[in-house]
Amino acid sequence: MTQPKKKTTIILFSGDYDKAMAAYIIANGAAAYDHDVTIFHTFWGLNALRKEAPVPVQKGFLEKMFAKMMPRGADRMGLSRMNFAGIGPKLIKKVIKKHNAMPLPQLIEMAKEQGIKLVACQMTVDLLGLKPEELIDGIEFAGVAAYLADASEGNVNLFI
Amino acid sequence: MNVAKVLDAKGLACPMPVVRAKKAMDELESGQVLEVQTTDKGAKNDLPAWAKTSGHTVIDMKEENGVLTFWIQKG
Repeated sequence: MTQPKKKTTIILFSGDYDKAMAAYIIANGAAAYDHDVTIFHTFWGLNALRKEAPVPVQKGFLEKMFAKMMPRGADRMGLSRMNFAGIGPKLIKKVIKKHNAMPLPQLIEMAKEQGIKLVACQMTVDLLGLKPEELIDGIEFAGVAAYLADASEGNVNLFI
Repeated sequence: MNVAKVLDAKGLACPMPVVRAKKAMDELESGQVLEVQTTDKGAKNDLPAWAKTSGHTVIDMKEENGVLTFWIQKG
């Protein structure tokens, strides 16, 4: 088929494990539909892109506090409902395993494998005091214009 | 029916059957048939929808002992 590829764009604003999981499942599904897929991470959604291990970087007091209070990586994110101070995510991961579904870190890995474009919103990266080296490799940094360029040609555009 | 490739997606949950099917289909030539076996109940609607949108044809399907088998011809 020579027709131009369809496009799916997803804004991941939420830093909740369950919402991010939904976003990545849709993204992976869209890639299987042969869409060009972009996930634009902004605000709390950026935490899905953080490396699990702490990266030594120079930053100010406020930025350090932000870094401490936000989950370091997809696996540490909480649930939007029934988080129960961290017990909820443990339970849901059990259920995910039981049903042979894919946990979020693997969904992100698969997204990369499928060539899904992972974008970090530069402005919110700066706001939250994150440094590029604290985020996983293979992602791009961009702003609203780059998102709109993709979204204006998008067949599916979601905000999660 | 000439099956060019068999994909065992049993035990995998959404979105894996479709993701694997796409990968397997990429390796086939137009007109060849892919057999997909899955235990994901959602795949009953997912695979035909995916096939239709991607330009493939579901030739046949059967359900046996909780295993759904699809034969999909590449478009």
